[in-house]
Amino acid sequence: MSVGFVDLDHVKLRYGGEDDAPLALDETSMKIDKGEFVAVVGPSGCGKSSLLKLVSGLMPPSEGNVIVNDQEVTGPLKIVGMAFQNPTLLPWRTTLKNVLLPLEIVEPYRGRLRGERKIFEEKAMQLLAKVGLGGFEHKHPWELSGGMQQRASLCRSLIHEPDLLMLDEPFGALDAFTREELWDILQGLWLERPFTVILVTHDLREAAYLADTIYVMSKRPGRILVRQKNTLPRPRDQETTFSQDFIDLVHVLKNHIRDVRAA
Amino acid sequence: MSRKRFNATRYSPWIASIGLFVLWEVLVRGLRVPVYIVPTPSASLEAAWTFRDAIWMHAAQTLATTLAGFAIAVVFGVVLGALVGSSRAIYAAANPILIGFNSVPKVALVPVLVMWFGIGSVPAVLTAFLISFFPIVVNVATGLATLEPELRDVLRSLGASRLDVLLKVGFPRSLPFFFASLKVAVTLAFVGSVMSETVASNVGMGYLMMSASSKFNMPLVFAGLLVIAAMGVAMYGVFSAIELRSTRWATRGSPTG
Repeated sequence: MSVGFVDLDHVKLRYGGEDDAPLALDETSMKIDKGEFVAVVGPSGCGKSSLLKLVSGLMPPSEGNVIVNDQEVTGPLKIVGMAFQNPTLLPWRTTLKNVLLPLEIVEPYRGRLRGERKIFEEKAMQLLAKVGLGGFEHKHPWELSGGMQQRASLCRSLIHEPDLLMLDEPFGALDAFTREELWDILQGLWLERPFTVILVTHDLREAAYLADTIYVMSKRPGRILVRQKNTLPRPRDQETTFSQDFIDLVHVLKNHIRDVRAA
Repeated sequence: MSRKRFNATRYSPWIASIGLFVLWEVLVRGLRVPVYIVPTPSASLEAAWTFRDAIWMHAAQTLATTLAGFAIAVVFGVVLGALVGSSRAIYAAANPILIGFNSVPKVALVPVLVMWFGIGSVPAVLTAFLISFFPIVVNVATGLATLEPELRDVLRSLGASRLDVLLKVGFPRSLPFFFASLKVAVTLAFVGSVMSETVASNVGMGYLMMSASSKFNMPLVFAGLLVIAAMGVAMYGVFSAIELRSTRWATRGSPTG
C-alpha cells in the first residue's frame, strides 16, 4: 500500500497523554496526496483541531503513526504554515513585518534575511497585493478590519512557501461576503502553487467550495466516518455555488453531519 | 473632541497642583497653624532657597542612590520575571517566596543591611532595589505568561526555539507591562532610598530631613518632602514618556492611553 504525503495510520490521541485519559481522536486514518486540498468537517469538539496539531507535530499521537513527507512526525514540522480563526498578528509590528515573521525563524530564510531583506520584502508585498492588502503594508494590525487581519494572517502562513498549510476555521469569524471573497483568494493562491492544505471548518459550503476531498468526522472521540471526493471543476467561482452539483454535494454533507449528530 | 476639552485635560494637572498649594497656604495662614507643626508652602520654598546648596547636594545623592537601586531592580526584575514568566514550574515555586518577601516591611531590613554594609549609601541603594523590584518581576512575568496559545503554535510549527519565542514575541509583548511597572517601581525606589537614609546615613534627603527635624526646622523638612515629590514626579514623567514612545501600539496611538 502506498504512503500519502500526509498519512495517518490508525491514530489515537488521548488528552494529556495518560493511558486512561479520554480519547480525542480514535482510530483515525487519512491519506492525503501532495498538493491535495482537504477539508475536515464535523460537529464542534470532535477533535478537528487536535488533528491539525497531530499532523503538524505539536502533539504526539498516543497510538499509531503520523507520517508526513515519508518521515514519521516526532516534533514540530518546519514545512508547515498555520492560520487560525484568531489572526494572532503581533500588534507592535506593521502588516509587512508580521508577514515576514516566519522568515526570521525558518531556515534557510533566517540566514539570508539580513542580506536579502529587500528581496523578501518585495515578495511579501506581492503576496499582500494578491490578497488585496496592497497599500496596507505599513499599517499596524489595529488599523485593519477583521477580514484584512485574516488576509495578513494568511500571507504570514504562506510567505515561507510551506508544503503543508493548516487552516483552523480561518474564516469562521468573518462576515459572509468577506468569507467568500477569501475563499477565492485562497483558491487562487493554491492554484498558482499547489501546496497541501488541511482546512478544518464548520462551514459545509466552504468545504464544498474549496476542497478536493472532504472528511466527515464523528462526535468525540473523533473518527473519520466519510471520505467524500469533490470533483467540481476548478477554478470554482460564485456561479459554482448555484450549480446543482454543488448543492447536491452540500446536501450530502449535511445529511452526514445530521447522522453524526443524531448518533 | 472640542478644543476646550483638550485644554482642560492639558492644564488640569497644573491647576490641581497649584490649587493644592494655594489651599494649603490659605488653610495654614487662616487657622494660624504654628510653623513648627505645618509650615506654609511659601515658607517651605523659602527654606528650599535658603538651603539650596545643601539640598542640591543631598538631592543629587538621593537621586543617584535611587537610580542605582532602581537600575539593579530593573536588571534583576527582568531576569527573574523572564524566568518566572516562561516556566510554570518556576512560577509556582517562586510565587509564595516573592509574595512573602514583598509583604515584609523593607524598613525592617535596613538594620540588617547596616549590620552587613555599615552606614551610608550601600544600604540605601539596596533598600531602593529591594522595594522596587517586585512590580517589575510581576509585570514582566505576566506579560510573558499570557502569550496566546495559537501564537505559540504558529511559532513552534515554524521550528522556533524557546529563545526565538521569547525574543520575537514574549519580550515585545511584555514591554507595555514592563514600562507600566517601571513607573511604579521608580517612585517606590525613592521611598526605599529616603527611608534608609533617614535611619542610617549621613547624606541624602532622608538624612537632611532627619537633621532638620531634630533642629525643629520644619520649613526645611517640608522643603525636603517637596523636593523628593518633585523628583518622583519627574522620574515618573521620564518613564511615562519612554513608555509612550516605545509601546505606541499598546495605547493605539492615543496620547492618554
